[in-house]
Amino acid sequence: MKAAIDFGEMDAILTKYGHKANNIIPILQDTQAKYRYLPREAFSYLSEKLGISTAKIYSVATFYENFSLEPKGKYVIKVCDGTACHVRKSIPILERLRKELALSETKVTTDDLLFTVETVSCLGACGLAPVLTVNDKVYPAMTPDKTSELLAKLKEAN
Amino acid sequence: MSTEFMLIDNVPVEIAGEKNILAVIRKAGIELPTFCYYSELSVYGACRMCVVEDKWGDIHASCSTPPKAGMEIRTNTPRLRKYRKMILELFLSNHCRDCTTCEKNGKCKLQELAQRFGIKQVRFNNTSGEPDLDTSSLCIVRDRSKCILCGDCVRMCDEVQKVGAIDFAHRGSKMRVSPAFDEPIAKTNCVGCGQCAAVCPTGAIVVRDDTARLWHDISDRDAKVVVQIAPAVRVGIGKEFGLAEGENVMGRIVAALRRMGFDEVFDTSTGADLTVLEEAGEFLARLHKGEKLPLFTSCCPAWIQYAENNYPELMPNISTCRSPMQMFASVLKEHYRHSNRRVVVVAVMPCTAKKFEAARDEFREDGIPNVDYVITTQELVKMIRESGIVFSEVEPESVDMPFGAVSGAGVIFGVTGGVTEAVIRRLADDKSVSALRALAFTGVRGLKGVKEASIEYAGREVRIAIVSGLRNADNLIRQIKSGEKHYDFLEIMACPGGCIAGAGQPVTNEEGRKRRSAGLYDSDRMSSIKRSEENPVIMALYSGLLKGKVHNLLHVEYRRKA
Amino acid sequence: MLLTREDLQNARTQYKTALDAQRTKILVCAGTGCVAGGSLDIHAELVRLVKERDICCDVDLEHEPHDDSVGVKKSGCHGFCEMGPLVRIEPQGWLYIKVKPEDCAEIVAETVIGGKFIDRLAYRKNGETYQTQENIPFYKKQTRLVLEHCGHIDATSIKEYLALSGYAALEKALFAMTPDEIVTEIDESNLRGRGGGGYPAGRKWSQVKRQKENQKYVVCNGDEGDPGAFMDRSVMEGDPHRMLEGMIIAGYACGASQGYIYVRAEYPLAIDRLETAIAEARECGLLGKNILGSGFDFDIAISKGAGAFVCGEGSALTASIEGNRGMPRVKPPRTVEQGLFGKPTVLNNVETFANVPLIILKGAAWYKTIGPEKSPGTKAFALTGNIENTGLIEVPMGTTLKEVIFDIGGGIRGGAGFKAVQIGGPSGGCLTSRHLDLPLDFDSLKKAGAMIGSGGLVVMDEHTCMVEVARFFMNFTQNESCGKCLPCREGTKRMLEILERIVAGQGEEGDIDMLLELADTISSTALCGLGKTAAFPVVSTVKYFRDEYEAHVNEKRCPSKTCQKLRKIFIDATLCKGCSKCARLCPVGAISGVIKEPFVIDAGKCVKCGACIEACAFKAIKED
Repeated sequence: MKAAIDFGEMDAILTKYGHKANNIIPILQDTQAKYRYLPREAFSYLSEKLGISTAKIYSVATFYENFSLEPKGKYVIKVCDGTACHVRKSIPILERLRKELALSETKVTTDDLLFTVETVSCLGACGLAPVLTVNDKVYPAMTPDKTSELLAKLKEAN
Repeated sequence: MSTEFMLIDNVPVEIAGEKNILAVIRKAGIELPTFCYYSELSVYGACRMCVVEDKWGDIHASCSTPPKAGMEIRTNTPRLRKYRKMILELFLSNHCRDCTTCEKNGKCKLQELAQRFGIKQVRFNNTSGEPDLDTSSLCIVRDRSKCILCGDCVRMCDEVQKVGAIDFAHRGSKMRVSPAFDEPIAKTNCVGCGQCAAVCPTGAIVVRDDTARLWHDISDRDAKVVVQIAPAVRVGIGKEFGLAEGENVMGRIVAALRRMGFDEVFDTSTGADLTVLEEAGEFLARLHKGEKLPLFTSCCPAWIQYAENNYPELMPNISTCRSPMQMFASVLKEHYRHSNRRVVVVAVMPCTAKKFEAARDEFREDGIPNVDYVITTQELVKMIRESGIVFSEVEPESVDMPFGAVSGAGVIFGVTGGVTEAVIRRLADDKSVSALRALAFTGVRGLKGVKEASIEYAGREVRIAIVSGLRNADNLIRQIKSGEKHYDFLEIMACPGGCIAGAGQPVTNEEGRKRRSAGLYDSDRMSSIKRSEENPVIMALYSGLLKGKVHNLLHVEYRRKA
Repeated sequence: MLLTREDLQNARTQYKTALDAQRTKILVCAGTGCVAGGSLDIHAELVRLVKERDICCDVDLEHEPHDDSVGVKKSGCHGFCEMGPLVRIEPQGWLYIKVKPEDCAEIVAETVIGGKFIDRLAYRKNGETYQTQENIPFYKKQTRLVLEHCGHIDATSIKEYLALSGYAALEKALFAMTPDEIVTEIDESNLRGRGGGGYPAGRKWSQVKRQKENQKYVVCNGDEGDPGAFMDRSVMEGDPHRMLEGMIIAGYACGASQGYIYVRAEYPLAIDRLETAIAEARECGLLGKNILGSGFDFDIAISKGAGAFVCGEGSALTASIEGNRGMPRVKPPRTVEQGLFGKPTVLNNVETFANVPLIILKGAAWYKTIGPEKSPGTKAFALTGNIENTGLIEVPMGTTLKEVIFDIGGGIRGGAGFKAVQIGGPSGGCLTSRHLDLPLDFDSLKKAGAMIGSGGLVVMDEHTCMVEVARFFMNFTQNESCGKCLPCREGTKRMLEILERIVAGQGEEGDIDMLLELADTISSTALCGLGKTAAFPVVSTVKYFRDEYEAHVNEKRCPSKTCQKLRKIFIDATLCKGCSKCARLCPVGAISGVIKEPFVIDAGKCVKCGACIEACAFKAIKED
């Protein structure tokens, strides 16, 4: 299931960044903000409009961790596994999330496109370790049980 | 300014404007190993094989360190040897090691260096995985399990050809070279020039091998197999058999092909002579009418595809002439139309894109291609080796009648500027030998990527540009479009240097390209027929076989791919 | 819009008067840490409550100076993240910790109206109650220069920054100094790059200044990717104008008209604050054309990272701004010659730029009085890991490790023994108890085989397995390797493979030597700085804790009992009552026995999850 992209929206993004090829990263960031991932159609459209090859755009998009070529969930949960969180036991939190949502290292998004679970190397909130974020909102001092509660709350909200 | 020196392994070596110490070291006669360094491409500095040690024990990559007067460099210390071995071991630990069945066996840089540095054992698990083949292209075959990520192909495709069909994808240990979304290469904007294969140090990108099917047809008694040999092939193959690089070995190729079982052997230069007459005529007509100028040449199939992909609006400006190979092939098919055997036309080409050209719909009749097989010079080398023919001892023979004559103009098609020179010869009013000699110095010769020339024709100036390398072509087209530059005639070849450096040829370097080029010009010099219109074969064709069929057999209208 | 020098001076006076007029200031920490703890709700609640009482509530110096106004501000990070959300009361300098929205009414009633300290919100340690922030041991030994405003002013208001002599350094630079004098001042101050390398900033600036190019750039590296480091984030969030001011001065000194700030996408709040700050600076005419009528043009754009640690490396960072894969390139040419878009570029990190206004204002001579002569000034560190007081600190260069960990950091969490501290992130090394008296500055650390890096200090207690720590860092580096050069791409992968085997109890003889051999090759031959340092954590842990590696490899034993696969769990027959609870709980059926008789664990089946240990009511299940 691939959402067709809205060329009008793409043009607005391109205009915002002056149709400049060297702005490809913010252009992709805005595109992803719109669709929660980078739809395949966007690549050929951007290639045509910016005069750079699709292979090059693909190469940039796959280099950076924040870009996703697969649709992401409505709630993107990032578990920090930076040093501070790691030594304060962030892995059990990640395991709990994956277990409850039936996800794994390779399958990161639930089939209903509600949740995506990822790790992030450091959110810089080390004082609150271990932390996770849901769509950029930071949840401090997490435990596996608190994580389950949070999941339940998010599910309920839907 | 006094001469500057640096010390390489205690030997003073002069610095003569080299950009990096690698060049100085090589000049000093030391073959420093590299995977990712090509003087034609930007410095990438990723393989780290070329590391050297300075007098303080600091390690530098020589490919990216500029030379300085008084520098003291060592190239072969115990530390460096240890690092190089470890680097090779790490490369090998993530590389398919089925050398004996690899297309690149014996020509692989990794294999060569592993042997040179005496790698007897790889102490890590092999993580290269199963062969990961992309056989979608008619021109090249990719196998990612053999890729060492030196990036040579990526830079070639982008920096020299401006195609950008492949690039790096992902990062770190997951990095790989691939088209967008891992599509098969045939589904991309790849033009089939094959230059990626020419720079690939391993078997990760190789020229597609069509010899097995061809052998089958050669041995088929019901098939009449005729072959044409492109101009550049004769100067590209000799070195593979111990002869001098650039030596014209056409006669030997003819003899070898006959021994292998080809029924008739011809020279594509005959086709080139036809192209000269047709293209000159077309150019004059356009010049006269003042329309569809500048005229772009149409001999190079990779250029045609590049134009179709990027400048469809320029297609009317491209000559309607078929390439020499295709012209000759349609003549051959016509000539043997009434043969009682199935006629198989083979073309030996310096070019990978010709494989694609031969398969185009425009060049089929009733679904059957005019050229049944394109094999590259590299494949011909393999066929000669397989048949056991000792090439260097073969007595040269002549090509078959009735297409037994070629002009020098047709032969120089194999080098950048050759097509232009041949066409100018056709146009030149003064047909004396000295006029021809003078022509050689108008700027059409030489291996530079962009050459400009102008001639007087019928009282007006005709402006000419000769380009090799598609990025050069693209730059020029942009300048033409912006009104910065004006030309009447443009010769465009995708491969830098022209067909002599085609990706189907055995891989060579700058020096080799010069020798190959010299080989073709020598051949022209020795030729008794200098001009295409003086070739008796051509005259006979126009008054015979081609009568009323010139348009059908020699011209084409490219239909844009869906 | 401030059009002239006088406009700026007047504005400063005006805002200072307004700020001074505030009877009480409530500074709610709005750094990432405290925001996560709910501090924005606290701020909103305080504003609501103050307004409710008809007191003039001055949120953004919006009012004319007013005798009885109360300022309620969102400040930057106070640093004491462990105790957040934090609320500071001025002028008394009181600090309330772990504040909840419910506490707000009391704060307004007791403190704002009544002027009384609320004891129950105070920080306590060893039976002592600390009223004022500056007396708390965590703060007492710190010297806050770069972070002086963090926690003390409203981070979202240029007015407060101006009120506290903000942009005075820029004024001095533009009107009282020549570009040459500025570069000389910075050079003489010995200010060294805070991003890791410690390269003298002044030298960099003068190299860029020398280049004969019309277009030059100033780039601020805010891609603070080291796990366990958040100094730069705190400056960007808490005092963004200080860093902008430093960049503008750099632009003027070096002849650049455009600046870029490259910020990690993981710092949304910092990006937000910077965007606000840049917009405010533009509105005031401190960015843009003809700044303060000086004829100097300068503007700043934000470039948001997209998730790649390697972009902290200079050439990878500029490649990323240019819209490419963030892969470092070979040098030369150096960034100062051909940096961003091939033009000469001053590239410094956040903390370095934040030092600049101070040096310009107070002079190089003053700056050199702080810390050692060769690496003067202060350094911000992020204290994390098994330490009592996690947080952000700033100390003079040359402060010893002991002072940082024990005096400021409060020692090891839970009273455990100190084992090591990882300094400089995944590129750094570890320091041990023998280094406790080591002064923290560029040169001393380099001598000790470590590096200051960007300033992350991850403290590890005696229960930490150093082999596992090395594996953790190698996993990080391996994941973040850009993949360009072979030694880093393949070498780190192989090192990780070996480390993973070792912690899983499958270490082989020769593994340690192979690790060192790989490390040597990578360090000597990798292309970029990150690659060259990728193996440091392994080298330094092998150097100081080789016995731990050997125990893992030779005895299949983890001395700190951290490596799960190396745990040896057994049932003490003398304590076991034979209740069978453990056997029922064991996920793999490794425990068996007869009721009321001692049970046993089948070591072959046991996956060492430890579930039985926690379940046993009689503490009969133990670890060897």
